[in-house]
Amino acid sequence: MLRHGCRALTVKAVFLFLWLVSSPAWATAEASAIEGSQRPWWFWPIILFFFCFALGILAVLAGVGGGVLYVPLVSGFFPFHLDFVRGTGLLVALAGALAAGPGLLKRNFANLRLALPVALIASSCAIVGALLGLALPTNIIQIALGATIIFIALLITFSKNVERPVVEKQDGIGGALKMAGAYLEPSTGEIIEWKTHRTLPGLLLFIVIGVMAGMFGLGAGWANVPVLNLLMGAPLKLSVGTSKFLLSITDTSAAWIYLNQGCVIPLMAVPSIVGLMLGSFVGVRILAVAKPKVIRYIVIVVLLFAGGKALMKGLGI
Amino acid sequence: MTFEAPKAPAEQITYANLLFYGSWGAIAILMITFFLYVTGVFESYIPINEVSQYWSMPVGQYVREANIPIGWGWATLLGNGDFLNFIGIVLLAGMTIVCFLVILPYYVKQKDIAFVVLVILEVLVLCLGASGLLGTGGH
Repeated sequence: MLRHGCRALTVKAVFLFLWLVSSPAWATAEASAIEGSQRPWWFWPIILFFFCFALGILAVLAGVGGGVLYVPLVSGFFPFHLDFVRGTGLLVALAGALAAGPGLLKRNFANLRLALPVALIASSCAIVGALLGLALPTNIIQIALGATIIFIALLITFSKNVERPVVEKQDGIGGALKMAGAYLEPSTGEIIEWKTHRTLPGLLLFIVIGVMAGMFGLGAGWANVPVLNLLMGAPLKLSVGTSKFLLSITDTSAAWIYLNQGCVIPLMAVPSIVGLMLGSFVGVRILAVAKPKVIRYIVIVVLLFAGGKALMKGLGI
Repeated sequence: MTFEAPKAPAEQITYANLLFYGSWGAIAILMITFFLYVTGVFESYIPINEVSQYWSMPVGQYVREANIPIGWGWATLLGNGDFLNFIGIVLLAGMTIVCFLVILPYYVKQKDIAFVVLVILEVLVLCLGASGLLGTGGH
């Protein structure tokens, strides 16, 4: 009963959100804010706080990071320039990753030996991505962001992660870096031992992931997990945990670039960070009774909608 | 049949503990400084009711028009309510560097040359990003 009520409530909330952000009233509010409206200073930060709170719940239920929803939605439907949205998006993803990291590391659901080599590549390339993102014209970034978000929605729809990939033999690089370990699977009480293979192509893909994370201000969990799981052969739970922890390193390097360039405005950054973190805590509680599959489809729709809006904004439509 | 959970390596536990206290401390500081900012305890560099004039501009224009310092210039403006928030933000962004520096001796002790090199390189990359030396000034 509770489960059904919760699901219905979430579905209604998402449709209310979609209706609200596509309504003429929202467009008028956004336009008047851009023109320097007479609204009180607290208007948009409060809206942003509640929006991010809802986003935090949705992100946890859908199993995606906050950044991937935050950047396209806030840049698409709020009066903030994409430069500030990307800077804040990285801080939002960073705060979530830093908060989750300790628990994941202690329970061996994230592994330093797996994360460190990957992080070095991704964080170096995230700096390049951030510099590129700040140098390219906004409409180009907006179009590329829209295309990326639509791609992410399709990736979430079609990628079939594997619970426990079979790794017959560890490759040379994985062996040399001792990318192996074990963790306890609480649901079965089993010890899951793991090792990686195809380490070099995996590491190379993190060049692209790092650049995209830095350029668009997205947390890159949507790309980290399939590479760690499907390509490198890490178990799904470890891939998700290590990916979350990895964001704390990748996003740090890009966040510094945005921070040093003036892309962080506290009046929008703090409500975003706090709202999303509080929403995530509530989301974890709702997760116990919600139906993640339904939420996942809703997020795919929201992402397609946000990606389309970013594309249209970039094309000036 | 259940098994005992494999223990995480010592350096991983140290990293986790440091990250836990550091990041929650940073978030607590961020909330306190934001409260001081919005309640007007400290005067703002940009008056709070004028911020909305700037947030829809490209960052380059915002920096020029509001005369915002780039790089570490914000550190000279910490007496202002808005820039006071940067203490928590910088702590959040700096925790990873501190964590890597603290676990470096573990890999040295283990004579794990590959990871000693990786940790040093990672710290250098993060310090380069944090230095403020890189950047185009925005568009």
